[in-house]
Amino acid sequence: MLDCGLDMTSTLNFLPLPLVQSPRLSKLPGLVLKDGSTFLDKELKECSGHVFVDSVPEFCLPETELLDLSTVDVILISNYHCMMALPYITEYTGFTGTVYATEPTVQIGRLLMEELVNSIERVPKAQSASMWKNKEVQRLLPAPLKDAVEVSMWRKCYTMPEVNAALSKIQLVGYSQKIELFGAVQVTPLSSGYALGSSNWIIQSHYEKVSYVSGSSLLTTHPQPMDQASLKNSDVLILTGLTQIPTANPDGMVGEFCSNLAMTVRNGGNVLVPCYPSGVIYDLLECLYQYIDSAGLSNVPFYFISPVANSSLEFSQIFAEWLCHNKQTKVYLPEPPFPHAELIQTNKLKHYPSIHGDFSNDFKQPCVIFTGHPSLRFGDVVHFMELWGKSSLNTVIFTEPDFSYLDALAPYQPLAMKCVYCPIDTRLNFIQVSKLLKEVQPLHVVCPEQYTQPPPSQSHRTDLMIDCQPPPMSYRRAEVLTLPYKRRYEKIEIMPELADSLVPLEIKPGISLATVSAMLHTKDNKHVLQLPPKPPQPPTSKKRKRVSDDVPECKPLKPLLSGSIPVDQFVQTLEKHGFSDVKVEDTAKGHIVLLQEAETLIQIEEDSTHIICDNDEPLRVKLRDLVLKFLQKF
Amino acid sequence: MPLALLVICLTFTTSSPPGPALTARVPASLGGAGQDVGRSCILVSIAGKNVMLDCGMHMGYNDDRRFPDFSYITQNGRLTDFLDCVIISHFHLDHCGALPYFSEMVGYDGPIYMTHPTKAICPILLEDYRKITVDKKGETNFFTSQMIKDCMKKVVAVHLHQTVQVDEELEIKAYYAGHVLGAAMFQIKVGCESVVYTGDYNMTPDRHLGAAWIDKCRPDLLITESTYATTIRDSKRCRERDFLKKVHETVERGGKVLIPVFALGRAQELCILLETFWERMNLKAPIYFSTGLTEKANHYYKLFITWTNQKIRKTFVQRNMFEFKHIKAFDRAFADNPGPMVVFATPGMLHAGQSLQIFRKWAGNEKNMVIMPGYCVQGTVGHKILSGQRKLEMEGRQILEVKMQVEYMSFSAHADAKGIMQLIRQAEPRNVLLVHGEAKKMEFLKQKIEQEFHVNCYMPANGETTTIFTNPSIPVDISLGLLKRETAIDAKKPKLMHGTLIMKDNSFRLVSPEQALKELGLAEHQLRFTCRVHIQDPRKEHETVLRVYNHLKGVLKDYSVQHLPDGSITVESILIQATAHLEDQGTKVLLVSWTYQDEELGSYLTSLLKKGLPQSTS
Repeated sequence: MLDCGLDMTSTLNFLPLPLVQSPRLSKLPGLVLKDGSTFLDKELKECSGHVFVDSVPEFCLPETELLDLSTVDVILISNYHCMMALPYITEYTGFTGTVYATEPTVQIGRLLMEELVNSIERVPKAQSASMWKNKEVQRLLPAPLKDAVEVSMWRKCYTMPEVNAALSKIQLVGYSQKIELFGAVQVTPLSSGYALGSSNWIIQSHYEKVSYVSGSSLLTTHPQPMDQASLKNSDVLILTGLTQIPTANPDGMVGEFCSNLAMTVRNGGNVLVPCYPSGVIYDLLECLYQYIDSAGLSNVPFYFISPVANSSLEFSQIFAEWLCHNKQTKVYLPEPPFPHAELIQTNKLKHYPSIHGDFSNDFKQPCVIFTGHPSLRFGDVVHFMELWGKSSLNTVIFTEPDFSYLDALAPYQPLAMKCVYCPIDTRLNFIQVSKLLKEVQPLHVVCPEQYTQPPPSQSHRTDLMIDCQPPPMSYRRAEVLTLPYKRRYEKIEIMPELADSLVPLEIKPGISLATVSAMLHTKDNKHVLQLPPKPPQPPTSKKRKRVSDDVPECKPLKPLLSGSIPVDQFVQTLEKHGFSDVKVEDTAKGHIVLLQEAETLIQIEEDSTHIICDNDEPLRVKLRDLVLKFLQKF
Repeated sequence: MPLALLVICLTFTTSSPPGPALTARVPASLGGAGQDVGRSCILVSIAGKNVMLDCGMHMGYNDDRRFPDFSYITQNGRLTDFLDCVIISHFHLDHCGALPYFSEMVGYDGPIYMTHPTKAICPILLEDYRKITVDKKGETNFFTSQMIKDCMKKVVAVHLHQTVQVDEELEIKAYYAGHVLGAAMFQIKVGCESVVYTGDYNMTPDRHLGAAWIDKCRPDLLITESTYATTIRDSKRCRERDFLKKVHETVERGGKVLIPVFALGRAQELCILLETFWERMNLKAPIYFSTGLTEKANHYYKLFITWTNQKIRKTFVQRNMFEFKHIKAFDRAFADNPGPMVVFATPGMLHAGQSLQIFRKWAGNEKNMVIMPGYCVQGTVGHKILSGQRKLEMEGRQILEVKMQVEYMSFSAHADAKGIMQLIRQAEPRNVLLVHGEAKKMEFLKQKIEQEFHVNCYMPANGETTTIFTNPSIPVDISLGLLKRETAIDAKKPKLMHGTLIMKDNSFRLVSPEQALKELGLAEHQLRFTCRVHIQDPRKEHETVLRVYNHLKGVLKDYSVQHLPDGSITVESILIQATAHLEDQGTKVLLVSWTYQDEELGSYLTSLLKKGLPQSTS
């Protein structure tokens, strides 16, 4: 199984979870259906023309119906965003296999999960709505609830014990580490350049190579650059996790982010940056580190609020080996690789586990706050949306590309606060994909259907799709795809003793053949050929045995024969061996050699020889061996 | 006489199916290190690739004996042309101290592999050593700072468990070795032949590092250090308690404790130990750490915390173990302060620098104590006082009388005999080669290894070459069709298979005989036999056939025996037909016809039928 991502866009259908009682949210009117019925008014609320579920937010799981997950042996994780569904899979499906991921992926993945669990569990919600999920009821609802897919499969968030249990099933791996799976295939993670520890995976046997490219970046940010060379010579390349915003240039977005931030603060407003606790935030902090002094923002406090803020900042400093070259060099000095260490030291950046406690004492405005969750449905960000939403001095800047910012803002409408959309998605865009594919030249490309056509909103942009030869094979949710690849060979080992016993024969110049009769041992999908055991002594004829004991035990293994028999030489040989009455008759296809006294005839043709005799076994064996002398064995 | 570089030459021979490609002997040579703890440098040749393992220097010498004699490797010709790569196991100078001399002064431009922490720390120790040698002692003909920098540019950093492809055939892989931050064991592999070099390692986790680990990689040769070949050390806890007791007693009676250490490694472990002890006992005597290097060293530990042990890694966010409360930076003037104190000072063998200076100041007072926490090589002051010498001749013929107490505590993180045996058990090598130890102790360990594991164990002296013969199996490609045919029934059970090996342009493919014929454009020649068997049976032909059928069916239980509508019988692919005898109505002639591929069964059937049919029971 490749990756284990969680679709969190489902949470956009839910009301935000406020940290403190929000009069506005609690006063929202219940939904009245078109026919005037109000039986759903406890579960569904209306806000500025949108309908929201008033319940604990739920997530859309990966497809679990299509196959029995207990038959999955291995899950390969490509980056920390792609493992958020892991507890659902490892704890509830009978999965007993192994999960492979790099150390930063696991550590940061744990932080993301911890933040998620924490932000949902700290706001206990009595209500858990389920009535609206009834198919009959859902049909009556307004969009987008009406069209939400697989709502019956939506699940509440997991708990920390489940997270810990799931993470304990992960085996840590390093880039370019070759991991043997059951002796049959080898998997290798490669740097994908997108995030700390993010990987693409090579899955290969001795003859076939499948590359799984997911969430890769060619831009130089903090992670180790993408390893492209190792993707070459793939038979199949599975391509996914491309940029969500193919039209935005990340560098431009960062510039816009900084200038909007500065403008707001200069005007006395506050800036809210909904974000994940790891990833792009490191790059943003680094930009700000260089920017704040020149922009005269040195006195503006920057707050990073998350239950895992401290851990995230600390962890980022200890993964030197997973960082880009520049950052590695800093560690050699030894200096912390990220400048946010200095921001913290100089008190410009402060971090808090939540808005409660120390933060409320230190809180000064105007300020800049980084906090989660980017969906604006839970986490400390909800509090600041409620707090600052009414003033047009304040700005919320969206940098995470996973959620539509308009949908995210919907339950906060009407909103006076300024909204700026600067999505920073460093993953591959279509131009980079074309370049990559030209470089690594896979035989086949497999990708999600969405990448084979322009985005629905920009159907004229034919440049916003994957273009390669042969055209990519696409897949959709719950579709089974047969890869156009046929396996033909496997590796087998010939033991030295057996190798010594082989007698090669040069058949054609440069081509030698040897017939091999050997014991095949197969263990852990590894095949070994050994010398066959010595045949048991043939029982002497005097020892009478029961008839059935003499039945040949295993199927005799006789080589195939090839070649032809020159009649003249054959006759000479016969005569040499004491056959005096040999007579040869020509036939249409060859010859018949008659041994008159023995009432035996031998038909010789180009590709066949037929010995017809009475039941005189010694004679037959003698003739057989004479014939065999003229033929090659295979 | 300069010390010779130990050259170990491993010759791998390949036993192979006769065929032009594999009959050649593939020489592989390994070169290297000997019965000496002073300095490590090993040359390995494996399947035609030459790899140098470590490039250490001898701390006990001040002349050219301190560096290995690299002219041993190639008499003439460039090292770069001869060596495929150099691997450094860890940052101790007896493993990497000669590197700038080797690469910049002798001349080597190929790749040098080491782990990230080693790459970070190694140049600092080299520079530190260079300063002591050149700036303080005024020696010339030594490498310069620039040479260290240029040398480090040739270094490629590797991750743990990453398979590094040095070239098409040669690959190396690093395993965690404990010992010091960033120490690694390396597997060197060419085709199916491999060597594991341990460097220095540690099989028990300590206060700041984890234990060495390797998988069951079954190398042809394991080259292991054997510093503590005969020691089975008492438990770590006892040693720690002992250490703390001695320090505590000395401080209580107002004495000063000097602990000579290397800046990185044991120093951090002992600091953690003392820090927690001071905290628990609420002690007030100052603990100092000689400045410069060591402060920096703690930084490295913080940044490379992923290389430390599980406990430190888990808790580092809450409390970084390398931020010490009780341990402060040392100033030279403090040495003359009255009252008790504990000082960690470099270097660890008391051969130069600050530790030696402090030692000279404190040596005359019997209240004081020096604790040597690690191994000292011959020729150093450390080694002298440990071997009981109490009158030392210092520079300028001055005699220093040592009255202070001298204690030795083995904290240096090498594997002891038990650990070495454990590693051999883990890796399951076919041969073991002991280096980096003393001859007598190695001999003892060698016997133990040979007894317990029944593998050959070697212990070459410096400059000696060891050749090891391997007998690898030969990998060939088998067509999936053939393999599936053979494994279709019961994949687990060994079974006899038959195929044809096609050898062409260095490629070996095992295919079914049919496919081999087809690929070569040859036609099969069918060899068929038909035997006439006479049977006395007056019944009608079809009745005879039925009797034959029932008889065969009864005897050949495991075979497919069929009675066809046209009156013939088949046993597998053997055909039996019956006709009446032309002259004798009471005799029937059975024509048994089979191909050469069914020879055994056909032959058996004719002899079976010749014996006649059993009396009919009906």
